[in-house]
Amino acid sequence: MRIELEKRPERSATMAWASPLIAVMATVVTGGLIFAAIGKPPLQALWIFFLEPFSSLWSLEELVVKATPLILIGVGLSVAYRANVWNIGAEGQFTFGALMGAIVPIFFNSWQSPLTLVVMLALGILGGMIWAAIPAFLKIKAGANEILVSLMLVYVAQLLLDWLVRGPWRDPKGYNFPKSVGFEDWQTMPVFGGGRLNLGIVLALLAAVALAILMRRTMKGFEVRVLGEAPRAGRFAGFSSDRMTLFVFLLSGGLAGLAGIVEVASTVGQLQPNISPGYGFTAIIVAFLGRLDPIGVVVAALMLAVSYLGGEAAQVALGISDKAARVFQGVLLFWVLACDTLIYYRLRIVRSASAAEEGAA
Amino acid sequence: MTASETAAAGANGEGAGAPEFLVEARGIVKRFGAFTANDHVDLAIRPGEIHALLGENGAGKSTLVKMLYGSLQPTAGRIFWKGEPVVVTDPAAARHLGIGMVFQHFSLFEALTVTENIALALSNVSDMNALAARIASVSKDYGLPLEPRATVADLSVGERQRIEIVRCLLQEPKLLIMDEPTAVLTPQEADQLFLTLERLASEGCAVLYISHRLEEVKRLCHASTILRHGKVVARVDPKQETAASLARLMVGADVHAIRPKHARVAGPTRLYVDQLDLPANGPFAVALDRVSLEVRAGEILAIAGVAGNGQSELFDALSGERHADRPGAVVIDDTPCGHLGVGARRELGAAFVPEERLGHGAVPAFRLSENVVLTRDTIFADALRRLLGFLDFRRADQTAERVSQAYDVRKSRPDPEARSLSGGNLQKFVVGRELDRKPQVLVVNQPTWGVDAGAAALIRQALVDLAADGAGVLVISQDLDEIFEIADRIAVISRGCLSPGYDAHVMTLEKVGLLMGGAHGGSEHIEGALKLREADGRAY
Repeated sequence: MRIELEKRPERSATMAWASPLIAVMATVVTGGLIFAAIGKPPLQALWIFFLEPFSSLWSLEELVVKATPLILIGVGLSVAYRANVWNIGAEGQFTFGALMGAIVPIFFNSWQSPLTLVVMLALGILGGMIWAAIPAFLKIKAGANEILVSLMLVYVAQLLLDWLVRGPWRDPKGYNFPKSVGFEDWQTMPVFGGGRLNLGIVLALLAAVALAILMRRTMKGFEVRVLGEAPRAGRFAGFSSDRMTLFVFLLSGGLAGLAGIVEVASTVGQLQPNISPGYGFTAIIVAFLGRLDPIGVVVAALMLAVSYLGGEAAQVALGISDKAARVFQGVLLFWVLACDTLIYYRLRIVRSASAAEEGAA
Repeated sequence: MTASETAAAGANGEGAGAPEFLVEARGIVKRFGAFTANDHVDLAIRPGEIHALLGENGAGKSTLVKMLYGSLQPTAGRIFWKGEPVVVTDPAAARHLGIGMVFQHFSLFEALTVTENIALALSNVSDMNALAARIASVSKDYGLPLEPRATVADLSVGERQRIEIVRCLLQEPKLLIMDEPTAVLTPQEADQLFLTLERLASEGCAVLYISHRLEEVKRLCHASTILRHGKVVARVDPKQETAASLARLMVGADVHAIRPKHARVAGPTRLYVDQLDLPANGPFAVALDRVSLEVRAGEILAIAGVAGNGQSELFDALSGERHADRPGAVVIDDTPCGHLGVGARRELGAAFVPEERLGHGAVPAFRLSENVVLTRDTIFADALRRLLGFLDFRRADQTAERVSQAYDVRKSRPDPEARSLSGGNLQKFVVGRELDRKPQVLVVNQPTWGVDAGAAALIRQALVDLAADGAGVLVISQDLDEIFEIADRIAVISRGCLSPGYDAHVMTLEKVGLLMGGAHGGSEHIEGALKLREADGRAY
């Protein structure tokens, strides 16, 4: 007896929705096994990890705050991946966007008007685009692999940030701590209520809705999908892959840069060596878990935000490493990709005839 | 086979005496989900028999053959080899029994030599020189001349096919399965292949021969099994039948003869190509060398040629997927457009149908309505939405439905994904989508490649009707029957050079065959020998 994958004649609409749910369930089961293996009570640990984030208003707000950069980056990446362009360096574009946006509060510290924030956000977007344009140009002009180039630029951006906040951009009144001046008033995102919930989530949702419309209703979205699915057919339709590569890099890079400046202008409040717990990489999982669909990405970003909060909670309550969040994200990505196979294939158990000849052949 | 199976066969009395049939399939059923590809199919082949397996596309021929060759397992039914039940677990087991198969699309490494390619396919090769000698002797014996040390990239398609055949022969098969072997051959190469197959049969090797070409089946085959919708509908001796009666059995209805258009009035020039040069864009691609042609309103110009002689390059240059070196090299309705992209050429009233349906002419994972959008830029509800780039998918839906109705595209659900359609139905859709735009110029590459007889007739009729309505139609095809059926003029492409276009009524198969072999291209005395110019003063 063996298990065979049999190709479906058409992609299964049911499995397209069921596969992320199966993946989440499989992740929970795998998580329980991991907790049991390291000697923690599995049910209690799963409760703390996955359900406690929903138990108070504070943690719900925090969930949305964590989801904001994931949505902004994830929706951009979902469009890029649809076009079969692999921008793996959103973390670098996030960092460079934060750097560019931070020019305003660091060099024009006394400028305070609503326009201040607008200029910061615009610079953030521009920074992300600049950083993303590098792999795009190298791919178009030199045929360089965009996965490697965009990934390696992450480390360049992070080291640049590190150098700036330890050197030229360090706060002169900051007791030599590696950080810039703090951002104040119109240099930060307006908050709702008393917590950390801020305007960023509105921008993120707007971006998600706009891209959902772009992908579903417009010629540009059609072009993205055609070139991603069948480049030859795209050329036959008169679309250019090179222009598309540049477009999706600028789009996803700009949104990652926006996420970067939103993050430093809200929860972080200044430039410092660590401004992201890996949002740019987690957003890759978000994009896939969200079926490379902007609206799906919003849901997926909230799910991944749970893993960040759960990781923190598990660290406090169970004394396990905060790396547990990374483990869960990795396990989740594994199951998402594995379950996605079921959209195009079905499992079939072959017993019978062929078992007899396995010995004879 | 296991001992118990042998015993069972003996007990049934089926293994007793010399079996009449070399291979016999009984009650073969193969289901893919809800779809039954083979429904209780029986097939029996005698030793030394050339047995034709006939049927339209999607009739279940490939499925049946894949089960004989072990790439698929039947859902029900049994296969008997020399009267004994066997289970063919995989292609290696099939080769072990003595079954060889020559595929329609062969997989050879172009950068390697003939000997190296064959060595890769054999399991145990210790001495390359000995193998090269065996290849030379076997290929000579069977009239399949082949130089063992030649690099595959330098060989013609016909020669590449010989490699596959010789590879099978080296394993001394008792049954040779050939899938559409002549589809890629010139008439002369096909004749040579028939001699080889007859020789093999006379030595006792059975051949299972799959083909759409009924004339050659009549000429070559001793027996035939005809499939329709996965079931055996007839077993006939093809020599006792006519091509028309065989076609009727395959399709289940009369195949319409193409209705010619009334008068062939050559109108104004619709498509003009002037000294088009195009460099090869890959190590194994073909460069176009000073290609010139002219298609007038109301006529069909057909370009014949063996695959891989520059047809796809010519198509790309005409469609605008590749640009020419100067605007004047391609002229559509008096507008030089060699430098324009495919969208601009469509706006000039041209339409294009590429050879590859899936992945080029249509996006496999897209629904038909979305595939309508692919070649039209007019799917917008109004000017404002056009400016903003908002597509009108309802209009696309209506177009897809209209095309499906007009060109008899059979589909399982209202708006299926392109890849779920059979080859013939998708081709009808892709051709219909372009005809629906009422083009003034149509360039179509291999319009009926791998399409069943019914669909092919419909497509050819549509092309003839389009020309009758005043469009200029350029058909690139390998199918000579098709070319002679619909073309007003015929040109032949060989190694990137295009012969002049000759009036169809003065061309013969032999002349086309000579031109396919590269008899033109400046060699004036061969042209003279063809006496085409003398026969036809109107040759362009």
